[in-house]
Amino acid sequence: MFLQQLINGVTVGSVYALIALGYSMVYGILELINFAHGEIYMLGAYLGIIFLGFFTASGLTEYSLPLALVLTFVLSIIFCSCYGFTVEKIAYKPLRNAPRLSPLISAIGVSIFLQNYVMLTQGATDKVFPNFFGTAGFEFSSIRMTYLQIFIILTSIVLMMALRFFVRKTRVGKAMRAVAQDKTMASLVGINIDTIISITFIIGSGLAAIAGLMVAMYYGLVNYYIGYVAGIKAFTAAVLGGIGSIRGAMFGGILLGLIESLGGSYISGEYKDAYAFVILIIILLVKPGGLFRKADIEKV
Amino acid sequence: MKKYKLDPVKPLIISLWMSLLLLPFKGLKVSLIFFVLLAAILFVVRYISLFKKPFAAHLQKASGAIRQIAASFTVSPALAISVALIGLAAVPLFAKDYFLDIAVLAGIYIILALGLNVVVGFAGLLNLGFVAFYAIGAYTYALLNTQCGLGFWSALPFSLVLTMVSGFLLAIPALRLRGDYLAIVTLGFGEIVRLILNNWDRLTGGPNGISGIAPPALMSLSLGRLSYYYYLVLFFVLLTLFVTRRVYCSKIGRAWVAIREDEIASSAMGIHTTMYKLYAFAFGAFWAGLAGALFAGKMQFVSPESFTFMESVFILCMVILGGLGSIYGVILGAFLLVLLPEVLREVQLYRMLALGAGLVILMIFRPQGLIGGKGVSLRS
Repeated sequence: MFLQQLINGVTVGSVYALIALGYSMVYGILELINFAHGEIYMLGAYLGIIFLGFFTASGLTEYSLPLALVLTFVLSIIFCSCYGFTVEKIAYKPLRNAPRLSPLISAIGVSIFLQNYVMLTQGATDKVFPNFFGTAGFEFSSIRMTYLQIFIILTSIVLMMALRFFVRKTRVGKAMRAVAQDKTMASLVGINIDTIISITFIIGSGLAAIAGLMVAMYYGLVNYYIGYVAGIKAFTAAVLGGIGSIRGAMFGGILLGLIESLGGSYISGEYKDAYAFVILIIILLVKPGGLFRKADIEKV
Repeated sequence: MKKYKLDPVKPLIISLWMSLLLLPFKGLKVSLIFFVLLAAILFVVRYISLFKKPFAAHLQKASGAIRQIAASFTVSPALAISVALIGLAAVPLFAKDYFLDIAVLAGIYIILALGLNVVVGFAGLLNLGFVAFYAIGAYTYALLNTQCGLGFWSALPFSLVLTMVSGFLLAIPALRLRGDYLAIVTLGFGEIVRLILNNWDRLTGGPNGISGIAPPALMSLSLGRLSYYYYLVLFFVLLTLFVTRRVYCSKIGRAWVAIREDEIASSAMGIHTTMYKLYAFAFGAFWAGLAGALFAGKMQFVSPESFTFMESVFILCMVILGGLGSIYGVILGAFLLVLLPEVLREVQLYRMLALGAGLVILMIFRPQGLIGGKGVSLRS
């Protein structure tokens, strides 16, 4: 029982971690809580269903399932990145020098807009994601670990490693870190800030798309409001680990997944969604910088 | 002088990009129609913007003339207020029930929006969980009425005190944070309250809510009739307006504005910032509690569905649309947002879509709202 919940928790947690990375990167650079990020994740799940439906209708799924799945992933990632890019250009870029609460309210507006956009175009009912993996998996005594769970955990780990490498070792990653530290200085040494911010949004949205697709596969059901709760939880995960830090987002996500799944089975399942908020409030009070980051002092 | 040129490529690229984004959701046909429409609109907008300068000059001239005419008709404030009061009091005499219903709802939202305005507009603290106080006020009255048999007037103090106390309780931890973190914590608070209401079946009735709440009564006269309820809500709206205005003009109000404009500077001037922020939270929550009790009395039914995050955003929209920190602006915003969906019944589906887009547009083009104060900024 305990081990089973541990596995479930890590699976959900690694999805949270993927979304949290997007929050964390954007916050690190713009100091903005990108409320619309959860909706990008929801869009990813919906796009997955739409493209997969299209491929099934055109017969590609029957011809080769792996090819159809790969194409679905690639197309969803591309489209979500485009959405993230567009959202930044329309809703955040004009407000870059505005007081801090303006972009936050604008982000809430984008979130409402995208939710209702999907509701109006796709309907308010649950959408079903076709189950290809089945419930096949390993079984040790009473513990089950499905292939899908393994796939989700492995994909998340690989993606996080890749992102870490990208930010630490590549030229663009270096520029991203520079912009996060000091925008003015970075622009003085010749970094195009607009491009870097766009790249950040594109990467974050791509990761959110993958998370959305994997969740759609895992639960099999998608709705237009899943983005809001997932977004808040992922943000909690990012704060838990220390917002702005990639390692923090990874650990925060998995920790949150564990707390939810263990708390849900041992304390009370009804309040499962409340744990994230309670933890968020406690963390912000006790250690506002998160587990992996020093709190900074506000300067005049 | 700058030479204006009609550049045809950019609008085309923008509309192509947007319709591409629409493609997977709506299919080829709708995307094509959307592309043509958007391109046409963008062309028209760009064409107009070529003549933007003379156009704006004309507009300025016209508004100046109007202002001059308006200035020659000086009306004493006392006269204006009494005319407005008589007008408002006379509404039930000729209005249909349908309009009274909307007016009562608008009144409740005005109280809510004025309360939120204290927190967000005056003190500059973004509260995304304001609906929690509204819920606490409504549920307190509902429970006291259905379980203990208390009437509206004896239950109201409990509602108000309880919401104020919960405002304090939220504020004590939340005020150690600033800006977006504060926003997130208040959001979390709102969600926790809603989850408790939804899951504590034995007390709150869970998702089914509480029904059979008695409407308020004055002496032995039940105020359940819509026209009586209208007067009750009107009374409380005027009370809210009066009190918030007086407090805003007092030392406390000035301290709030100082904190909003620059927290560090104001604490250097000797303002106890934490204390005044606490006041703002509790004072705002007080009005939400009042609105909640009125809401429960009107609907005679409460359920967690009325107190979602979207409701918080809706109230926030009223405050922002009208103008942060401007009392009359907030009233206008609340009235517009309650009225518009009623007027545009057919497009109700698109209401939330428009609300989201409207927030973004407002933030970009007019962050101070329709009639916002001059010095108001959204600093945190």
